[in-house]
Amino acid sequence: MRPAPALLLLAPLCLSAAAQERRSGFQDMARETQALQQDDTANPGMLWVLEGEALWNRPAVPGGQSCAGCHGNAEATMRGAAARYPAWDAASGAPIDLAGRIMQCREARQAAPPLPRESADLLALSAYVAHQSRGAPISPPEDPRLSAAREQGRALYAERRGQLDLSCAQCHDDNAGRRLAGSTIPQGHPTGYPLYRLEWQSLGSLQRRLRGCMTGVRAEPYAYGAPEYVAIELYLAQRAAGMAVETPAVRP
Amino acid sequence: MARVLLNIPRGVRPGEVITIRTLIQHRMETGYRPGPDGEVLPRDIIRRFTATYDGAEIFAADLSPAIAANPFLAFTLVATVTGPLVLRWQGDNGFDQTETREITVAP
Repeated sequence: MRPAPALLLLAPLCLSAAAQERRSGFQDMARETQALQQDDTANPGMLWVLEGEALWNRPAVPGGQSCAGCHGNAEATMRGAAARYPAWDAASGAPIDLAGRIMQCREARQAAPPLPRESADLLALSAYVAHQSRGAPISPPEDPRLSAAREQGRALYAERRGQLDLSCAQCHDDNAGRRLAGSTIPQGHPTGYPLYRLEWQSLGSLQRRLRGCMTGVRAEPYAYGAPEYVAIELYLAQRAAGMAVETPAVRP
Repeated sequence: MARVLLNIPRGVRPGEVITIRTLIQHRMETGYRPGPDGEVLPRDIIRRFTATYDGAEIFAADLSPAIAANPFLAFTLVATVTGPLVLRWQGDNGFDQTETREITVAP
């Protein structure tokens, strides 16, 4: 019985209050939607994962190199990779997200025509790669070169924008768990992207979700792939560090 | 070929009631929505789903424009004999896809 008081003393130091209360959007969904996500034969996101697996093993251009040609079996080599993104990209000297890395690899190393953001093939490949990290904790890299962009992301998250003059933080920090019309406001942790949204009737990226929120407050969204999105993604990954990856998640 | 996810139980005993669950990738465009140019997008949906077990049709469904993209269909059957389960989706623009799985019944 002796270790008990020591443990009690240590527990509050290990986890801050905010970390203890973090919730994935999964926990706020209806039971039926949770069941949809948890069953791999009913989760519509798995259709994109299957498509991504086929693309992974197929040469990007006839006679060219496939993803598997360099990276081998994704189930082994891509395990945990998506949980470390966005990461620093030495080639461009800027942070890059997972979809950006796939686009870059395709253009620079496979010499294939670029995949547009939010195209079906890019979503499928991102979903397949991110699916290999399911269950792994989100682990943002501690690279000091990322801190400037991460701070920019934190500032963008707290900045009021649009005709409604609302910041991300005002909903997802100050009012998370309360209701906006019929839906529960989630804490905004990017645990399951790319994810299948019932409203979209399709798979979509975190950037699509961010754009949805921006048009929702009647602000002009940034263009797909803008560095501002990658900065926000960096900050969100830091905010959700340690939470488990759920890709492909299902959300209402 | 559209991607398909099927859940078909294994290790089935004679007379057992089993649930077959199917999910198919399809955009199910209603035919009522305007596109970016203001013109109505032509309808593109799955019209009919049929399931044939050991040569006999055991389940069929007519799908309508109100059904969501990537339709999920589940139905039950009484497993009597070992035989093929043929699932067929037919729709607009010549969409026609068939998947065949063997149901193995053993006492």
